[in-house]
Amino acid sequence: MKNPAFFRVCSSIVLMLLLALGAGVAARAAPAADAPAIDAAMLAPLAGSDTDARLDTISQLGMRADPGAARILEALSAGTLYVGPQEQLLIQTSPGQAIDAVNGQAMTMPAQADTVMVNNRLRRAVQSALAGSRLFADDWRVRLTAANNLSRSNDLAQLSLIERALQVEQRDEVRRALEVAQANLALQSPQPDARRAAAEALGKTRNPAFRTALANLSQPASDGTFAESDERVREAAARAVAAIDRHQQTVAWAGHLFYGLSLGSVLLLAALGLAITFGLMGVINMAHGELLMIGAYVTYVTQVLFRQWLPGWMDWYVLAALPAAFFITAMVGMVLERTVIRWLYGRPLETLLATWGISLILMQGVRTLFGAQNVEVSNPSWMSGGVTVLGGLVLTYNRMAIIVFAVLVVAFVWLLLNHTRLGLFVRAITQNRRMADCVGVPTGRVDMLAFGLGAGIAGLAGVALSQLGNVGPDLGRAYIVDSFMVVVLGGVGQLAGTVIAAFSLGTINKFIEPYSGAVLAKIMILVLIVLVVQKRPQGLFAPRGRSVE
Amino acid sequence: MKRRHALKTISAATLLALSGWMPSAFSAEDTIKVGILHSLSGTMAISETSLKDVALMTIDEINANGGVNGKKLEAVVVDPASDWPMFAERARQLLAQEKVAVVFGCWTSVSRKSVLPVFKELNGLLFYPVQYEGEELERNVFYTGAAPNQQAIPAVEYLMSEDGGGAKRFVLLGTDYVYPRTTNKILRSFLHSKGVKDSDIEEVYTPFGHADYQTIVANIKRFSQGGRTAVISTINGDSNVPFYKELGNAGLKATDVPVVAFSVGEEELRGVDTKPLVGHLAAWNYFQSIKNPVNAAFIDKWKAYAKAKNLPNAATAVTNDPMEATYVGIHMWKQAVEQAKTTDVDKVIDAMGGQTFAAPDGFTIQMDKTNHHLHKPVYIGEIQADGQFNVVWKTKGPIRAQPWSPFIAGNEGKQGL
Repeated sequence: MKNPAFFRVCSSIVLMLLLALGAGVAARAAPAADAPAIDAAMLAPLAGSDTDARLDTISQLGMRADPGAARILEALSAGTLYVGPQEQLLIQTSPGQAIDAVNGQAMTMPAQADTVMVNNRLRRAVQSALAGSRLFADDWRVRLTAANNLSRSNDLAQLSLIERALQVEQRDEVRRALEVAQANLALQSPQPDARRAAAEALGKTRNPAFRTALANLSQPASDGTFAESDERVREAAARAVAAIDRHQQTVAWAGHLFYGLSLGSVLLLAALGLAITFGLMGVINMAHGELLMIGAYVTYVTQVLFRQWLPGWMDWYVLAALPAAFFITAMVGMVLERTVIRWLYGRPLETLLATWGISLILMQGVRTLFGAQNVEVSNPSWMSGGVTVLGGLVLTYNRMAIIVFAVLVVAFVWLLLNHTRLGLFVRAITQNRRMADCVGVPTGRVDMLAFGLGAGIAGLAGVALSQLGNVGPDLGRAYIVDSFMVVVLGGVGQLAGTVIAAFSLGTINKFIEPYSGAVLAKIMILVLIVLVVQKRPQGLFAPRGRSVE
Repeated sequence: MKRRHALKTISAATLLALSGWMPSAFSAEDTIKVGILHSLSGTMAISETSLKDVALMTIDEINANGGVNGKKLEAVVVDPASDWPMFAERARQLLAQEKVAVVFGCWTSVSRKSVLPVFKELNGLLFYPVQYEGEELERNVFYTGAAPNQQAIPAVEYLMSEDGGGAKRFVLLGTDYVYPRTTNKILRSFLHSKGVKDSDIEEVYTPFGHADYQTIVANIKRFSQGGRTAVISTINGDSNVPFYKELGNAGLKATDVPVVAFSVGEEELRGVDTKPLVGHLAAWNYFQSIKNPVNAAFIDKWKAYAKAKNLPNAATAVTNDPMEATYVGIHMWKQAVEQAKTTDVDKVIDAMGGQTFAAPDGFTIQMDKTNHHLHKPVYIGEIQADGQFNVVWKTKGPIRAQPWSPFIAGNEGKQGL
């Protein structure tokens, strides 16, 4: 309601409907040209509480050709239909502005006006009532959605509508969807040949939505009789069911793989900073999770600032949060290193205790500043939603963005470690600190920078995690165990090992989960790690050479 | 080494004395101490923090009106940090050390179960404000939330009705602990009694704080291809945020697969973009959107309190069902104490049965004379774009709780309670 962009879409749909119908394309208009004009009495039940009367009014409106009816239905489904103090129906055009639903007169929205409530049943009714006018919309995407919605309908009365739409439809995608909807209804045809052709056509769509209907045709009921009398139709339906099942199997495997990669990239991001601080520098950094948390809170603050000062750029706040999170967490990391950790090199137990204490301080600090409750970090609009591939697998944009981001961060770290002077120094110190010191490497400064780098990368990961889950003071707790798991499994001191460990843990987890459930999958992963680490205490990829002490 | 140890002992003892003994020594006579036992950190903080605040608000309100039996109430707030054994420790601290007259607290059933032995041992009094799975009736506990027949069963009946979409298949999705497991056991046997087959029911559990719902949402989608499906969610705590996010991103609309939640209210939805969730449902005994003068006053009081105390996100403060139950519980306890003229636990328990209170849920509701549960109305609401609920179904009036569900074998003899 409050979203102007959403509203613009709605009003432009209405406008397009007006144009399409106003152009006088006779074939496009639904019948009922002789129906009386919409009057207030006819609309009155819409705002009432009698569900049956409301459903009745909706289907009456759906059968009308005039744009006023479609406008009312669109408003009803968008939640912009209001009822004023004198029971008159109003359509909101922009906040505070409205038009009269009956005669289209513009007016200001009365203060006492209330939204007309709809529930799921009414929403479904509005959708099918709008199918008629939406099938002839100018935007082909609107037509495609309407056609797809129609393919789920079992109402034979829609058949003539579909045929009329097919006559004028030019766009291939929409035609195909219409033909599927037609085939779905043809399953109820009295002619066996038509039913068989329909079953074959539905099988070709590979769409599981039709599986139940087809399976009902091909399989005997509990008393041994068949709902379908013709054997050839039954065979065609059985073939179609088999084709759908095969395709669903592929989709399911592709899904596991995608979910595994996405979980793996989350693990990788969470662990990458630790791979530097723990893996390369040997600091058992229990505050690593809190560095992730700080990154996530920086994202939150950036979002608040953008909302306040740059509301037009809200979609891009995440990009601005990336450098901010990197530098702020890197600063926090370097301060920690200079003040606490550098006094504790070579004393792992003390480091563990000290960093754990720091993690508690950081958590409580954030709790005092922002409250113990989670804060809301919203996805920018380009990260919401997803794309459907293979006719059933939804790849969500935020997950895809995280996978790409993880790859970029790994590339960044790899370049930094292998192609810069800092990286050279870090590697030299990892291999032999004393020797590096002797040949003039400023070990103290390099330690500080390397720890800052690890912390900064944790900050980047925090930005990514804020887009997936909750942002709260104990966000880090959820990831610290996973992070250590990945680094230890991959082999301490090995960047490649961390990458491979993260992706394999993610994928294995996601392949186990559908069979065992999320709880057991997590346990099995832990058991697996215990077994691997027993066999290979150095991790999957143990560093070779004299550096190993 | 020895000396250091001695030093530690002394300082620890001093600390203990300062925190535990000193305040009570000063204020033992003129106030009544009231314990508040809610997680202010950890995975449950999303839900429980506001209960702590609303309890403090109610206590302030009672004190402003002259207190109880001429004494002011003094709140003792502790944070069990979503850690179940810690709940028992904190409960013991409240009862044994602080000597509180009553405790308002707990959200998850596992936390209630872990404090029960403490309350029984020390004969304390607990007011539990959240809907739960039943199968329990302790003398030391008053349940101001819903029993299954006041929430879960009506919700499923609604889903199976024509208005609710006529669901034929059900996904029972929950966090892995006692409340979802027991509720789903009751629901499964209820669904059996309605002729739903086991092949049309899928039960899925996730750990507390689970954040990756990709596989589960994909499975729901696949399961829903087999007929009209509804999801019954008993996910607790902040896991709901990633679940609803994933649901919205995967394009699973309420018109296709409605999700009805038993632990998601206005407060939990504050952290979520609700636009993709419009039409999903929740079943409660109270919604902020219920229109009546008592509720309007309750909401105003809460908003004013949130602003005055500068609570985080005070600008968007909302009320929800467990907050209302906390508010009702504290007031009923006050009435019982005034009737018993003492805070003695046994006498207050005897005075509690039959107490009535004009609640924000629109009815004057009654504490049952025998079974320690409130008679409550049931509402089913659909999520709207602004994070509030639009009531689509309600009972005619308050209904009596059945803590022992008739849908669990072995409970036949306990129906009179």
